[in-house]
Amino acid sequence: MLDADFFRRWMTITAASVDREAERLTALDSPIGDADHGSNLQRGFRAVRDTLEKEPPTTPGAVLVQAGRLLISTVGGASGPLYGTLLRRTGKALGEAVEVDERQLAEALRAGVDAVRQLGGAAPGDKTMIDALVPAVDALGDSFAAASDAAEEGAVATTPLLARKGRASYLGERSIGHQDPGATSSALLIAGLVAAAADTEAGDE
Amino acid sequence: MSDEKLVGIVLVSHSAAVAASVAELAQGLAGAGGTVPVAPAGGTEDGGLGTSAELIAAAAASVDRGAGVAVLTDLGSAVLTVKTLLAEGDELPERTRLVDAPFVEGAVAAVVTASTGADLAAVETAAAEAYTYRKV
Repeated sequence: MLDADFFRRWMTITAASVDREAERLTALDSPIGDADHGSNLQRGFRAVRDTLEKEPPTTPGAVLVQAGRLLISTVGGASGPLYGTLLRRTGKALGEAVEVDERQLAEALRAGVDAVRQLGGAAPGDKTMIDALVPAVDALGDSFAAASDAAEEGAVATTPLLARKGRASYLGERSIGHQDPGATSSALLIAGLVAAAADTEAGDE
Repeated sequence: MSDEKLVGIVLVSHSAAVAASVAELAQGLAGAGGTVPVAPAGGTEDGGLGTSAELIAAAAASVDRGAGVAVLTDLGSAVLTVKTLLAEGDELPERTRLVDAPFVEGAVAAVVTASTGADLAAVETAAAEAYTYRKV
């Protein structure tokens, strides 16, 4: 079972991954975006990490709702409302339960991804975070590792795609040949589940 | 007329200068529309280019006179942030609407219409109609 501490670790680990990869995310965002994806997400997830450390919520749902709210208020770019909606809706779908199982997380994350699709209007193949998140959620029923692999493959597979959403879409065919920064950061988020679960097992021994 | 509640207008741009200038332009072109509550919410809190949920919420609260608030945006994160705040339900005043309109022309139409004491639906319609104004 996954408790509030697991979800807090997931957010802390994601904050560390975003810190580590911020320069790469911004570099990916330079040719097709406005070169701020890494620094924007870094600011957002640092706020998430700091607030969750100071006042840790007591349920999985509350951890994600709080994280989502912080991303919306601190990121300053489109990734704020998009990731904020993803986490907030996932958290709301988890409800008040003190512990949830992997199946419940998979269902809730699907609700979160659906909310992101509705907000941004992106479909699979549009070269967005959806291209990493949809395969991840599809594979989440198997294992966190399978979901992480699917997200990473989905992110890599955005390279030959033509961007149809966001600033990159103005570039038309010039967006082809670049990996999407949002799909790349989404793969980091999903990879955080694997690391958070590994920490749990290590702590249980 | 003097105690009539006017619809408030919020102008959200990635740039603080753009939001403030469009607010000034719309109020200037509205003439007597100087009484319409208009608030810019431009850029990030630290003065950079981007969108701030907190500036948007503060701007909306500052123009809310009880007749509703019409929010016009430029693009990308400005649109997504307003939609996300509306989805939450408690961060913007009641009867706040994101108006689907061109930013500059829509702002002028919205402020002029609001200055007549029109309701939120009429302000929204006027701003949206600015899309039909052809220049060539």
